[in-house]
Amino acid sequence: MNKTGGTIVEPTIFELSSPGRLGVRMPASDVPETALPQKNFLRSELPLPELAEVDVVRHYMRLSKFNYSVDGGFYPLGSCTMKYNPKINEDTCRYPGFLYTHPLQPIETVQGNLALVYELQEWLKEISGFAGITLQPAAGAHGEFAGVLIMHAYHKSRNDTKRTKMLIPDAAHGTNPASAGLLGMSVVTIPSDARGNVDLKALEAACDDTVVGMMLTNPNTLGMFDENIEKVVKLVHDCGGLMYGDGANLNALLGIVRPGDLGFDVMHFNLHKTFSVPHGGGGPGSGPVGVSAQLADFLPAPLVGVVEEAEDDVPPLYGFVTPKHTIGRMKAFHGHFGGGLVRAYTYIAMHGPDGLKDISQYAVLNANYLQARLRDTYKIPYDRICMHEFVAEGQFEGSDVRALDIAKRLMDYNFHPPTNYFPLIVHEALMIEPTETENKDTLDRFADALIKIAEEAKSQPDLLHNAPSTTEFGRMDEVKAARELVLCCWLPENYETMK
Amino acid sequence: MTFIPISPNERDAMLKTVGVKSLDDLFDAIPKKHRFPKLDLPPALTEMEAAAHLSEMAQTNENVREHMISFLGAGAYNHYVPSVVDHMLRRGEFYTAYTPYQPEISQGTLQAIFEYQSLMTNLTGMEVSNASHYDGATATAEAVSLAYAQFRGKRKKIVISPTVHPQYREVIQTYSQGMGLEKVGDDESANAEAGPEALMSHVDESTMLVVVQYPDFFGRIHDYTKLIEDAHAKGALVCIVANPTALIMLKTPAEMGADIVVGEAQPFGIPLWYGGPYLGFFTTKKSYVHKMAGRLIGETVDSRGQRAYVLTLTAREQHIKRERATSNICTNQGLLALASALYMSTLGKTGLQQVANLCYQKAHYAASELSKIDGCDLCFDEPFFHEFVLCCPKPASEVNEYLLEHGIFGGYDLGQDYSSLQNHLLIAVTEMNSKQEIDTLVEVLKEMSHE
Repeated sequence: MNKTGGTIVEPTIFELSSPGRLGVRMPASDVPETALPQKNFLRSELPLPELAEVDVVRHYMRLSKFNYSVDGGFYPLGSCTMKYNPKINEDTCRYPGFLYTHPLQPIETVQGNLALVYELQEWLKEISGFAGITLQPAAGAHGEFAGVLIMHAYHKSRNDTKRTKMLIPDAAHGTNPASAGLLGMSVVTIPSDARGNVDLKALEAACDDTVVGMMLTNPNTLGMFDENIEKVVKLVHDCGGLMYGDGANLNALLGIVRPGDLGFDVMHFNLHKTFSVPHGGGGPGSGPVGVSAQLADFLPAPLVGVVEEAEDDVPPLYGFVTPKHTIGRMKAFHGHFGGGLVRAYTYIAMHGPDGLKDISQYAVLNANYLQARLRDTYKIPYDRICMHEFVAEGQFEGSDVRALDIAKRLMDYNFHPPTNYFPLIVHEALMIEPTETENKDTLDRFADALIKIAEEAKSQPDLLHNAPSTTEFGRMDEVKAARELVLCCWLPENYETMK
Repeated sequence: MTFIPISPNERDAMLKTVGVKSLDDLFDAIPKKHRFPKLDLPPALTEMEAAAHLSEMAQTNENVREHMISFLGAGAYNHYVPSVVDHMLRRGEFYTAYTPYQPEISQGTLQAIFEYQSLMTNLTGMEVSNASHYDGATATAEAVSLAYAQFRGKRKKIVISPTVHPQYREVIQTYSQGMGLEKVGDDESANAEAGPEALMSHVDESTMLVVVQYPDFFGRIHDYTKLIEDAHAKGALVCIVANPTALIMLKTPAEMGADIVVGEAQPFGIPLWYGGPYLGFFTTKKSYVHKMAGRLIGETVDSRGQRAYVLTLTAREQHIKRERATSNICTNQGLLALASALYMSTLGKTGLQQVANLCYQKAHYAASELSKIDGCDLCFDEPFFHEFVLCCPKPASEVNEYLLEHGIFGGYDLGQDYSSLQNHLLIAVTEMNSKQEIDTLVEVLKEMSHE
């Protein structure tokens, strides 16, 4: 059944299984027995693993050791904001009052939860300058989809139905065009100018009465804050379009500038980037959306609001409210409460206004410091003061070494590689975001490693081509994975008789 | 400066290297009149203060372990989570890792999610599982997108059972706004109490997808084999929204012929957490794999001949396909997929069967005792698993208020979603409900009916 072959480093949970082995047991039933439904309603077999608790612990313990993590080292992944995840968040989000509340409990019994959601809504409004907030979306892309739905609903409510074009810069995240595509909008790509700003001439030419709006990441994926942002916003607004802000790069802006003040109409937050919710090996994220006053009635439902005002000694009663022209529900229940909102709330509560500004100032300092240290070795195609990240070229004249090789070689130096081959407008891009939670020593070691690798690229290029060589696993045969498409494993065929 | 490890001296040295005098000088590109806004937020708390503050907020709630007896289900279930699950989740190697884009140093996540896919495939009986969606509702909406892509927009009708979770139906509505779909089967006039055969009158050659729930929102177990055969005869696909705990015991959707099986895997190792984050599972037939959204882990070998795992078929995804992508999803619920894999592994086949059996036994005991109360009746005759509808002598909202005064969350008030079911409570019973709790519920309801 295993088509791919290959020596086994760690067996699968199915291969570790042994017939009759017991894990955690459940208590005996304390009620009189009822007969099961007729046999034709029941499944004939349950081909799932059988292991003892210690087998499970050892297996996942071994697997965990194959992972690189923020707790283990520097993770300079551009546009991903891999900052340190404070341990206290892991405790607060597991307080029994949060862990064991059911989403359909009467509101009077979950005032703690609702107060937390309400306050977090208010805090995010204050941080971003928006008039309305939903905390429902489950991730950045989910928030982005909600944002595009809101833009669509806004134009539709004004019977402005010929707007079908979404303007998206060439440096944008792939989710932006995908989100617009979900509503059947056509995408018009706007180029960047030589300084990494939106090309104003191209933008002006694209602005007409068919424009839904523009989706702009600012700072963009080059790490550049658009120097003409106010002109960009004006051009889009003047043609009746709305400005969407991709909040992926918000870690550069806390206490620095509020997107709402700049004229953005909609923006999604990534609580798992900016506000220290851990990435969890690929989720869960949390993607709240902020909107300007004119769009607040279109937010997804429900929101948390005050349903009975406070009186003297009585605190307000929080409950659910439905915006007048809501786009509807984005998911079941109320957003990523426990894993997302409680952690982000804890984090913001521990920072206050000055602490938030520190975050962005040091995130930007760290990025600029690394950029300065690498400038003489790597080409920086858009070289000016960057925000929280910057993009270098991972190639050298007269060498066949590519960004991919440099990224893989960094693993031999025990660093996680930067984002590579993105943004698409830079050849062999290496996109580096150090975040504010790294110290100078780490940044120096990382810069030293990259400088050393640049030397190796000339003197011993095979070291790079064959990298990584010190990790548990080498480069992968991705073609084989896609061609053979082994997506599942099973218990061995002779399982019942094998042991 | 809470989590910033840079001393003032180091900061100054770094500023010098950058070539600016102060931190504020790094922000000249920001329009001056909007630069450095004063944020009106509460002052920073220390860790000790934050812990106390959050703890106080949490304690304001009445929770279902320490304060209340709960029979709430309706899409989120109170189950026991073995200790091992959270111990492993709290390993920084798992929870502080990013999406496994660098497979050489991410095999822990990759193999764990591959195993999750395998566990879900074996549980549902389907051929492939993706790496998960946000929750059961969005997974269901993604099934609609798959069907839409499969027929390239040429079929535009979806038939939805009125006994699919009301919130899931709302999410389908939100997601499909750009598709111009005709949605039938669950409108006001639909008889929610009818069985699946009633849906067939809507299915025709323009139908792309039929969506049903198993057990349905009222807890009833239907065999959808005939419905699926008939729908297939019209060329439509069928998606079953399934409860994973029920699947431990019941005939698999694959045996009934389902094309897509999705659902909410929160019952498998994920706390109630006031509604999220949860875990949407998505399984289907291999022939639809290229139309399926979401991440997918495949087996391969590395340059040293070792078996290993990678993200595969990424050409389906938004960062390659951009505006032509079926979905804009890029994350999955990685850590929670791991939680459910840990849950299934730790309980194992036998432990899982014990959980399912306890749910079934206790729910049936509760149903039998409750139906003995004057004026209370079981609403349906069909077999059920761990959730059932109780018809009460008073509006369900009043019943729930009475129960709340006695420390009980009675059940989900179906009148909120079904105008004909104002006196109907949807009651869920799991292994967490002792006989004593069930007996208390029965006693309190008896008292109420005598008042």
